[in-house]
Amino acid sequence: MAEIIVEEKGKGGKRRAKKHPPHIDMTPMVDLMCLLIVFFMLTTAFSKAKVMEIILPEKIKDPTKQEAPRISASRTLNVILGPNNKVYWYPGSVKEEDFNNLPPVRETDFSATGVRQLLLERNRALFKKINDFNQEVITGKRVLSQDSLRESISKLKSDDDTGPIVLIKAHKLANYGNFVDILDEMNICGIARYTFVKIAWYEEKMVETAAGTSSAATASTN
Amino acid sequence: MPKIKLPTQSPHIDMTPMVDLFSVVLIFLMLTTTMRQPEPANVDTPFSISEKPTPDFNMMTFLLSTDGKVFMNFDNGPDTALKFRPKILAEMGKRYEIEFTETELRFFEKYKSSIGVPILQMKEFLSTDDNNIRNSLNVGIPMDSVDNQLAMWILFARQVNPNIQACIKGDSKTGFDVVEKVLDILQDRNVNRFNLITSLEAAKINLEEIQQ
Repeated sequence: MAEIIVEEKGKGGKRRAKKHPPHIDMTPMVDLMCLLIVFFMLTTAFSKAKVMEIILPEKIKDPTKQEAPRISASRTLNVILGPNNKVYWYPGSVKEEDFNNLPPVRETDFSATGVRQLLLERNRALFKKINDFNQEVITGKRVLSQDSLRESISKLKSDDDTGPIVLIKAHKLANYGNFVDILDEMNICGIARYTFVKIAWYEEKMVETAAGTSSAATASTN
Repeated sequence: MPKIKLPTQSPHIDMTPMVDLFSVVLIFLMLTTTMRQPEPANVDTPFSISEKPTPDFNMMTFLLSTDGKVFMNFDNGPDTALKFRPKILAEMGKRYEIEFTETELRFFEKYKSSIGVPILQMKEFLSTDDNNIRNSLNVGIPMDSVDNQLAMWILFARQVNPNIQACIKGDSKTGFDVVEKVLDILQDRNVNRFNLITSLEAAKINLEEIQQ
């Protein structure tokens, strides 16, 4: 630290350097800085929120002109978000006419052994392909830029014709977190084709019978 | 008895390194900070693995609270001279035959957090200085079929800013019926692409797991 030598011109010409450098008391400054740091830490939103994109199919406004796209029932997997964070699913399709003998729905949940395993089992071929591709890029066998990596993966997805077509439906007692979770599972499992569709009344009934909340659900809505 | 001699000088702690460190942290925080906007409703966004960052502008954000209220927010566009917010409000005013003054429009432009004020109370909301009155007016945008103001906001937002994207920010406990209603209104206006705002959470899958 710089030392200020004060030359004293006085009697006897006694020259003496000051023994101690002037000490600045930094405590108030430190206090203030502490306050500011705490303030900034509390107000800062460190990680910017992320977004998950979802594109829904266009609404069919005029059923006479437009027809719903046809998909094969054997590949279709219906996933219904139910009350109490449960997921119900059934393969294939159900027609409105069969409302008297509805197929049973199976119950699962959002854990890794629940809906994720279900989806991965059906999507194993595509998932493996994507995984192998990613591995090749990571190990350096294939050199790609980030953009073309994404493009190639979406190409792999659109070429796929074995994976399931997942139709996501939501019961009215489901919550938004379930909706995001299931879309997230689609991304994790690399499902190529999935969309969100409105639940049909007979599907609601199927879920309610499976959950045993039929009376409770109608009571709460009425 | 021998006397213990206390040091005559009081021990001085050199605070310079501490001050240095604090300054560095402080400057870092000041530069990286983006102020968190106070929102009319607290929402805990659900988690996902998506790594796409939120766009900085051209957004209309729908804030869905746990009790089923809907709030909306727009940004002013990539250039502040574009003034999208007051333009949208002016259009809304025209539709509902309310004339907003210059100061009210300017206040709306600067007001950063989401709004959920029915348009008929908007004038009162913009002219008051009392935060309590303001909060009591923030009851969520009406969106029933008789008086669908949410649809009007969407319509004018898209008219004023054709590049606007819909973002949905909901609490993980928000009932799905609210979400579905908002999605429905958006789809009626041919908005089929949505961004769901989430927080990042890593998820990993082992290949062995699926090969069993």
